[in-house]
Amino acid sequence: MEGIGKTISEKVLSRASGKPDASAGDIVLAEIDLLMLHEITGPLAIRAFEEMGFERVWDPSKVVVVFDHNVPPSDISSASMMREMRSFVRAKGLTNFFEIGRGGIAHQLLAEKGMSAPGRLIIGADSHTCTAGGLGAFGVGVGSTEAAAVLGTGKLWLRVPETYRVIVRNRLIEPSSPKDLILEIIGEIGMEGAIYKAIEYCGEGIRSMSLDGRLTLANMSIEMSAKTGIVEPDEKVAYYIRKRTGEDVELVRSDEDAVFEETFEFDASKTEPLVAVPPRIDDVKPARELGGVEIDQAFLGSCTNGRLEDLRAAARILKSNRVNPRVRMIVTPASMEVYREAMKEGLLDIFARAGAIICCPSCGPCLGMSQGVLGPEEVCVSSTNRNFVGRMGHRSSKVYLASPATVAASAITGRITDPRDIE
Amino acid sequence: MKVLTGKVTKLPDNVNTDDIIPARYLSSMDLDAMTEHAFEDYDASLKEKVREGGIIVAGKNFGCGSSREHAVIVLKKAGLKAVIAESFARIFFRNSINQGLLALQLEGSSEPIKDGDSVKIDLERFIVENETRSSIHRLRPIPPFLLSILNEGGLVPYLKKRRGWGIEA
Repeated sequence: MEGIGKTISEKVLSRASGKPDASAGDIVLAEIDLLMLHEITGPLAIRAFEEMGFERVWDPSKVVVVFDHNVPPSDISSASMMREMRSFVRAKGLTNFFEIGRGGIAHQLLAEKGMSAPGRLIIGADSHTCTAGGLGAFGVGVGSTEAAAVLGTGKLWLRVPETYRVIVRNRLIEPSSPKDLILEIIGEIGMEGAIYKAIEYCGEGIRSMSLDGRLTLANMSIEMSAKTGIVEPDEKVAYYIRKRTGEDVELVRSDEDAVFEETFEFDASKTEPLVAVPPRIDDVKPARELGGVEIDQAFLGSCTNGRLEDLRAAARILKSNRVNPRVRMIVTPASMEVYREAMKEGLLDIFARAGAIICCPSCGPCLGMSQGVLGPEEVCVSSTNRNFVGRMGHRSSKVYLASPATVAASAITGRITDPRDIE
Repeated sequence: MKVLTGKVTKLPDNVNTDDIIPARYLSSMDLDAMTEHAFEDYDASLKEKVREGGIIVAGKNFGCGSSREHAVIVLKKAGLKAVIAESFARIFFRNSINQGLLALQLEGSSEPIKDGDSVKIDLERFIVENETRSSIHRLRPIPPFLLSILNEGGLVPYLKKRRGWGIEA
């Protein structure tokens, strides 16, 4: 009943477990290529590591520690948690520590450092670790205790997932973007539609897409409760990794006769600017149908849409416009590298002249932690990934998820606006 | 831990980890203080109900969203003994097992089990008996390997005892 071919997930987990025949449904004990911890989930992991009785980290070169959620710390408690992380980093000799000002949002950083590479098995104590799949890695989020187990043993049990295949025909037509495409996909598959599954993205719409856009697709796979999302890697990825690390990577792709549990098809040329209406991420509507929704805040940033391409898309719209007097716009580049590139290109100047505030790379606003928390009844149009009740602040506040271009267009008019309707 | 009884707190589909513990409370290592804020935005009365009843029965995709293990920790500290759902978000499910919290997948719909029902969970037969409505519902058996983590009280004691995974898998 089964083909002999393997999916990307089966290949990665076969290699990592040393079991060449590992296939969907099997439970394997896999060797982990990279572990990521940040300052919110990391301290719990460190304590669990110590309680487990471990003293040595399995491989100090394979652990990435980054501060990104509440940076720079806005209170003593956050500062204390970072302090605890720093002392662990020093005591264990961890070599991939990214201090505030030298990193950014973890998932973006792993991409920029060439760590998210095709075929790699990456574990992170953060649900958006699946972002690594944008460059062909198998990235999986876990809790702190399992992160501790990996710190101590370098291994983790994993169930080999069945795979959903998403084929994207044709190319996106601007200003429609990868964010609009993934919102369309989520609207179709549903917020619980891919539980325990891996999603593979392929087709012309994907091949023609920038790496920034691919990271956005993979990033939001978790919003369908998928285990991971992997974009079929190609030469563009190999070139990027070579440029960043000097290494040649093998492009791990599914075999022709691999078994996919389901296949979904989308036509990117028909994708419109879309918005996910709170409090459900799969309640997706065309931006043009929501023109009556007035906003208080527009947020551009996060691990979903804080990359250079996202900032460029928003800057194009804001260049000859100003942020509406009733609205505050917050721009948060996803990393220091993005920040510097955006500065060199003059994008930050465009945002500042338009009346937006530019904040440091951080996850803060997306989860209502810092740098843009919403008050009662406030409405935000946001380039982030979750529109749950109270996600960005007060429980009566609302988050409408949209693309960077839609966020920028809405910031100008003060209500949700399709970027095609500006100018 | 073969039989467990309690009163049901019934929850719908897609309860997420922000609902269970909002992110604004995560910048702290004081987990007892954090527990005071469980379900604060979602329904502040739930914490007391969970403390009294000890069992949550939920719909699909319970615990979706963020990976924060704090969600499982505060539920446990609030007095939760077991969570039964039609399906779980995978990170929440793993976190539950790793914290020694029973997470059980219901075979079929959770609809017949109502808020406030008295239930008995039988872990030998993997069934839940609804004593209020005299009905029986099947649970998906937990694989032996996960059961052994649960029986140790979670992944910390499990790994501490074995100094490693102790499985070939």
